[in-house]
Amino acid sequence: MSEFVSMRTLIEASYFVAAILFILGLKRMSSPVTARGGIVWAGAGMVVATVVTFLYPGMGNYALMMVAIFIGGVAAWVSGKKVAMTDMPQMIALYNGMGGGAAAAIAAVELLGGEDHGVVFGILAVLGGMIGAVSFSGSLIAFAKLQGLMKSTFRFGGQQIINLLLLAATVFLAGYIVFQHGEIDIVVIFFLLALILGITMTLPIGGADMPVVISLYNALTGLAVAFEGFVLQNAAMIIAGTVVGSAGTLLTQLMAKAMNRSLANVLFSSFGDETGEASEISGAMKPIEAADVGVMMAFADKVLIVPGYGMAVAQAQHKVWELAQLLKGRGVDVKFAIHPVAGRMPGHMNVLLAEAGVPYDIIYDEDDINAEFATADVALVIGANDVVNPVARTDPASPIYGMPILNADHAKNVIVIKRGQGAGFSGIENALFFLDQTRMLYGDGQEMASQLIQEVKSI
Amino acid sequence: MIDGFIALYIFMLAAVTGYEIIGRVPSILHTPLMSGSNFVHGIVLVGAMVALGRADTTLELVIGFIGVVLGAGNAVGGYVVTERMLEMFKSSKEKSS
Repeated sequence: MSEFVSMRTLIEASYFVAAILFILGLKRMSSPVTARGGIVWAGAGMVVATVVTFLYPGMGNYALMMVAIFIGGVAAWVSGKKVAMTDMPQMIALYNGMGGGAAAAIAAVELLGGEDHGVVFGILAVLGGMIGAVSFSGSLIAFAKLQGLMKSTFRFGGQQIINLLLLAATVFLAGYIVFQHGEIDIVVIFFLLALILGITMTLPIGGADMPVVISLYNALTGLAVAFEGFVLQNAAMIIAGTVVGSAGTLLTQLMAKAMNRSLANVLFSSFGDETGEASEISGAMKPIEAADVGVMMAFADKVLIVPGYGMAVAQAQHKVWELAQLLKGRGVDVKFAIHPVAGRMPGHMNVLLAEAGVPYDIIYDEDDINAEFATADVALVIGANDVVNPVARTDPASPIYGMPILNADHAKNVIVIKRGQGAGFSGIENALFFLDQTRMLYGDGQEMASQLIQEVKSI
Repeated sequence: MIDGFIALYIFMLAAVTGYEIIGRVPSILHTPLMSGSNFVHGIVLVGAMVALGRADTTLELVIGFIGVVLGAGNAVGGYVVTERMLEMFKSSKEKSS
């Protein structure tokens, strides 16, 4: 008996250490200077918690457990190592969905096990299971959309009502299971409904809003894990799950704010649905040759580079950084100006630039850089569109009205590298392209960046 | 036993902790941090292991097995992608190339 007690103590102590490592790890991850150490700390916590769980009293099926860990671990390791930085958002969605699925699986086993833990535990088990299942199927849909496996939006009349009915039915079954101790088939139907709810909730949400949704599902999975932690009386799960639940909720709000959208707006309406004609933009886009741009930048005092997702798609970030280094070598003050939602999710562009080797201390946030555009000789916009569109400030009829933008239009000269003349991701005409000081450099991002490098070198 | 009000206290304190950690984070770290917190809830693996370890019927075994596979995927995948992203964040001082 005393051996049993000390084993319990060892397990609890290890979970305690793991919880501390998770919190300190996340804390370190919130600053770029210490971030790299942070994930290692959290990783150590995970290893401690996992290893010690093998000593849990009253367990069996160890061989099966090892096989399952091996399969899941290897598949995730290989896919995680292989994925391109541009595809990171959907990969996070996929791993997050797996976590939600695991939480739902725990709930299912506990509910099917037939042990009566009382009403409170029953409620937490079904709630965690339901949230986990919604997060699982919803995240998979988010993954499929961002990966381009399915059409980005799918809407039909009365969708909201059907979702509401589905939710009501799921909650009703949840209550039935808690109070009537449902049979196996009721439990199965309950989980099926929750999975369908996750799908129908996510289907109508457009690709541009997906990052906010992924972040929301991340927070929800955390919550589901915490609830199942209560059911299993596992302190590490309760603490880690709750910390992620609240941190994820805040992160979701920050992201929604950066995109000038409220969470309710993201979930229940859709981008671009607002009616009303945006005012026509008059004037013409004026093209320019790479040679002229090269001269312009080489003799400038200050150049601000505004990269967008288009740059990453063209894989131009390495060339752009090479160009920036060349200019810096000539004494030009070069800075990168990043909009919070540049890329496919907030901070994604920073990851892509970091991959190319751009140090984070010459990359500036919108708030820190916007005043500097007025003193910049050249603003080089590459692959960005909506985030530099001045109509967000001026035209109340525009769908992006009110969104904070980068003030590229305040620069003395604006150079826009762009494939063709079409409108951007959101299909909105960009007034910046028609300004007097704006010149268009048409072509592929990477090719144009290479040409600019040649031009600057030849001066 | 983690029960009643003790559970509520843990829940409240952990929620405040999570909120405080993210409170002042710069937007350049939003993506890695989301990925990092995604990794942390990979702790669900531990719960899935317990669930599988206690499973008796075939149905429970199957669901428990799937749970462990998914949990392991969450933990390992979350770690690998977060580490890859953060590995690239360097300031100009520590650049060697």
